[in-house]
Amino acid sequence: MATIEQPLPVRPATIREEFSWSEVLYKWVATVDHKRLGLMYVVSALVFLVIAGIMASIIRLQLAVPNNHVVGPDTYNRLFTMHGTTMVFFVGMPMVAGFSNYLVPLMIGARDMAFPRLNAFGFWIFLFGGILLYFSYIGGSGLTGAGSAPDVGWFAYAPLTEKPFSQGASTDYWILGIFTAGIGSIASAVNVIATAISMRCPGMTLSRMPVFVWVMVIDSWLILLAVPPLTAAQIMLAYDRYLGANFFNTQAGGSAVLWQHFFWIFGHPEVYILIFPAFAILSEVIPVFSRKPLFGRPAMVAAVIAIGFISLGVWAHHMFAVGLTAWSNTFFAASTMMVGIPTGIKIFNWTATMFGGKLRLDTPMLYCCGFLLQFLVAGLTGIMLAVSPFDWQLHDSYFVIAHFHFTLIGGLVFGLMAGMYYWFPKVSGRMYNERLGKLSFWSFVIGFNTTFLPQHFLGFLGMPRRIYTYPTGRGWEGLNMLSSIGVIFQIAAVAMFAWNVVYSAIKGKRAGDDPWDGWTLEWATSSPPPEYNFEKIPVVRSGRPLWDLKHPQDPDWKFGQ
Amino acid sequence: MAATVTPANVEELERQWTLPDRGTIGIILLMITETSLFTIFVVAYLVYIGRSLTGPYPKDVLEVPIVASICLLSSSATIVIAENALKRNQLGRFKLWWLITILLGLEFLTATGLEWYHLIYKEGLTISTNLFGTTYYSLVGLHASHVVVGLFFLLLVMLVTLMGFPIQHQERRVKFLSWYWHFVDAIWIVVFTVVYIIGR
Repeated sequence: MATIEQPLPVRPATIREEFSWSEVLYKWVATVDHKRLGLMYVVSALVFLVIAGIMASIIRLQLAVPNNHVVGPDTYNRLFTMHGTTMVFFVGMPMVAGFSNYLVPLMIGARDMAFPRLNAFGFWIFLFGGILLYFSYIGGSGLTGAGSAPDVGWFAYAPLTEKPFSQGASTDYWILGIFTAGIGSIASAVNVIATAISMRCPGMTLSRMPVFVWVMVIDSWLILLAVPPLTAAQIMLAYDRYLGANFFNTQAGGSAVLWQHFFWIFGHPEVYILIFPAFAILSEVIPVFSRKPLFGRPAMVAAVIAIGFISLGVWAHHMFAVGLTAWSNTFFAASTMMVGIPTGIKIFNWTATMFGGKLRLDTPMLYCCGFLLQFLVAGLTGIMLAVSPFDWQLHDSYFVIAHFHFTLIGGLVFGLMAGMYYWFPKVSGRMYNERLGKLSFWSFVIGFNTTFLPQHFLGFLGMPRRIYTYPTGRGWEGLNMLSSIGVIFQIAAVAMFAWNVVYSAIKGKRAGDDPWDGWTLEWATSSPPPEYNFEKIPVVRSGRPLWDLKHPQDPDWKFGQ
Repeated sequence: MAATVTPANVEELERQWTLPDRGTIGIILLMITETSLFTIFVVAYLVYIGRSLTGPYPKDVLEVPIVASICLLSSSATIVIAENALKRNQLGRFKLWWLITILLGLEFLTATGLEWYHLIYKEGLTISTNLFGTTYYSLVGLHASHVVVGLFFLLLVMLVTLMGFPIQHQERRVKFLSWYWHFVDAIWIVVFTVVYIIGR
């Protein structure tokens, strides 16, 4: 069927060229291959992750002790703005695009995405957006010389971002950089949906499509619906700043709250856009490492669809402290709590998949376990914050910081780590170092929890977010110091991960095509997959085509799976 | 269901396997995401109706662009006639109706231009005058920019056809362009309702 046993055709000696850097560069820059583009997305996301991670480390260094002066207030504002903006738009979003680009065609037995050139366009326009944002450090002072990088927070609340309050060009770099990257996200979302609908191999019905692909398709729907509102709001803000329009100008009767609505209409679905890849990865990794099919597969897909729907109607829970009417606070509190139901189904089903399974606790699975516990904490604090009177107490405090870092690091990054370790043998053809992987996992778990668990309590003790320093005697010193110490372990974990990836990609031992005994089609081709993915387009008869192939006497399709 | 698929009919399955055309999916997704973009501008318009602190107000300066709207909406019909002519390989008929579509689109754009000229130079309404000016120019302008993009591609098709390019082989792409044009027309119905009926 799909297994490729024979070696790839060797290029004839006559056209064999010397290795040259320019040729390699050309190959990568001019490529429309979904695997190369996917890799470039993931690698650039990791580069941005390191940059934004360094910013976070400086923030923690500054906050380690009271009255600290590592950085001043202006620099601090730029640091948290760039940290948040980068992590959301240039780490999370390209990870979505990277994972779906690399894996969706392989999993559905296709040779490429539906629109390969649009795909390449999407990547380069995203990278251009990132460079534009970071160019603000050099070119952002503008004519008035006020500020360098944007310092308006990742949600850039208007009217604070209007011209009179944010002079200089730094805010414009924020607008343009994210506007540009948003176009790339939409291009990639269109591509993923069209690929999953139109490029499936024979027999790959929607009910047999891997859950990973399902989740990525729903994720792409959210991108299509949620990113344009941000784009629209940014166009309005640019009109205000450059043409003197009045969208957010309160002097001319404009609303001071409208931007918040528009931003969070994008912003809340956005956090689900970011976490969905982790859901997708877990739904592939946990079954393979539990040696059981995913528990309640249709319910898992339905739960993701439900989360997607509900997420479009919860945005104002970010605005409880603004002073909306009691009715809208009630509505958004109720709708937010509803998210807990399908999310609970997901956690339950992943756990049920592990229950009674033959668990293999390799690094990817360890990260999945970490995800389940930490994401549960994040979900519970989320339910707490959904109660609007509770939110009034803790709005804009470190409790909120702890909550969303538990979702985005404890959840998303742990899920991504699981995915990167799981598919590393497929992508590189070599095995990573298991001992180093486990070591970095434990270092990450310890570091992450040391940093962010205490922040819940800092929030209870009244520490507001976005302050560049704090006085002594508030009872914040010990917890802040603890929180900063955790960063050391996280840096160590990321360093070990980076070393593991780079070293294993060159010197690791050969992994073979199917090191995990997997069931989805990407394990049916060679590692790394050839440019055309499959020599012969596979035909599938169940949701686990490789299981059928490996167990001809006991295939899934006999049981209507 | 899947249990009925036995190895014997795998080849048959392979032969019968058809999926929706990727281009069709792509253009539909583009329309959906564009709708999301327009929705926010429409919402901003609706929110700010009657909130302007100073004049000029819509009821004093806005004229309902009936002729331009009829032109734009009827261009949706003419492009279908052109498309059908192309399907039957009647190239002359295709060129005629395609040209009429372009002219109707140009008439709409000219009318918008004249309306803006009137508003800016006679009534003194610009994007920075008041909330009405801000929302009016950005919503109508966003739509007009889509008309411009549509016209660019319509002209491109006209040009290559006149230069002898076998456009009848690109029926699929012509169809997508026509869908986009219908989409722009449908958006105009919304914009027209919001700006000239509800907002006036």
